[in-house]
Amino acid sequence: MAEKYDPVRQFDLHNMVDIQIGKYDISFTNSSLMMVISVAAICLFLFIGTAKKSLIPGRLQSMVEISYEFVAEMVRSTAGRDGLVFFPFIYALFMFILFANMFGLIPFFFTTTSHIIVTFVLAMMVMLMVLIVGFWKNGFGFLQVFNPTGVPLVLKIFLVTPLEIVSFISRPLSHSIRLWANMLAGHIMLKLFASFIIAMVIGLDGFLKIGAIFPAAMVLALTPLKILVAFLQAYVFAILTSVYLNDALHPGH
Amino acid sequence: MSGLNIISELLNAMSGATAPYVSMLAEQVSGQASKLAYEQEKLFAPLDPATFSSQIFWLLLSFGVLLFLLAKVLLPRLGGILEERSNRIADDIDAASRMQKKAELAGKAYEQSLGDARAKAHNVAETTRASVNAELEAEMQTADAETAIQMERAEAKIQKTRAAALANVDDIASETAKAVVEHLYTKKISITTVRKTVKTLGQSARLKTG
Repeated sequence: MAEKYDPVRQFDLHNMVDIQIGKYDISFTNSSLMMVISVAAICLFLFIGTAKKSLIPGRLQSMVEISYEFVAEMVRSTAGRDGLVFFPFIYALFMFILFANMFGLIPFFFTTTSHIIVTFVLAMMVMLMVLIVGFWKNGFGFLQVFNPTGVPLVLKIFLVTPLEIVSFISRPLSHSIRLWANMLAGHIMLKLFASFIIAMVIGLDGFLKIGAIFPAAMVLALTPLKILVAFLQAYVFAILTSVYLNDALHPGH
Repeated sequence: MSGLNIISELLNAMSGATAPYVSMLAEQVSGQASKLAYEQEKLFAPLDPATFSSQIFWLLLSFGVLLFLLAKVLLPRLGGILEERSNRIADDIDAASRMQKKAELAGKAYEQSLGDARAKAHNVAETTRASVNAELEAEMQTADAETAIQMERAEAKIQKTRAAALANVDDIASETAKAVVEHLYTKKISITTVRKTVKTLGQSARLKTG
């Protein structure tokens, strides 16, 4: 019984289709299913939203346009006009994380972004893109990132540049762990309080069962907070990506 | 785990001599033990490296498909709609400003022509008035001149008539005086004398009456 209410069990993967290539296991799991569902939902959302191509947008088209303008404005304001080259990438990141987070909030659904490897791969994609674009656009001038102007030389050598290097290297870690930890902690909390409700209703006698209202209130309060966090983390991930890409495009601060 | 294993082994060892329910118990305990062992081996799922390969593969695949569809199909479609709208709005604004300019020009032209017409009308009125005045003046002058001539003529006629009348008065007076004198004195008197007298008398009388 206890294992059924274990708040960590929700993150377990179950193989749905076993696939093995060489020594690598690439089985289709519940996590893979949620990724595919997210991608399909995003594409459907955009496809149906733009089906009419009306000059005066309907409800769905407005939502699609708002998401477009929102991300485009974000990229433009942080990475500048030339940052718009990366708009499809950042839009895909934002929508993928947003949809994965939101779907994860539906009971019995799996949260793809609660696994560190998923967020880490996404963060590494960003990191690689920053490195490639940075060196491709600026050559070794990209190293200017570690050499901020307007800092005294001694301070720069002993403090600022080492700090910049450390912060640059730790970017994919902080980028991935931020999203992962937020989703993980929130889901554990939700599940914990939700299991308290069941435990109290089953375990307590008669009148005392009414005490279950307190964990229920907690769940009720946490759910909108989780929705906010789900959106906010997608936004933070996307805006940090555009900030990093801005570094790659314009390394001299 | 190891404790439970020891218990189950102990029970197994005892089972040879004891009742069958003991072996049943032993089986149960060992089952529990193996399950616990499985539980302890299993890592915290979100960090389990065993799942990495599958997750990386499916993430790259699904995200790659998403990125491809977005970049090649869906976002250009949406961007096209937005661009078309902004173009349309810009066009409309352009057309509106062009029309406004046109309207302003038309307004100016109207003002201009109105002013011209007003000035023209003023001119016409002025010249008409002047010409009418001149004509009037000329007519008045000719009328005056004619009147003056006619007056002069009438005056002359009156003068003549008067003179004639006055001359007749002298004649009648002389005739009358001669007849009266002849009647009173029964003696002939020459008309010339009478006339002389009448003339003198008449002159004095006229002087008196003025």
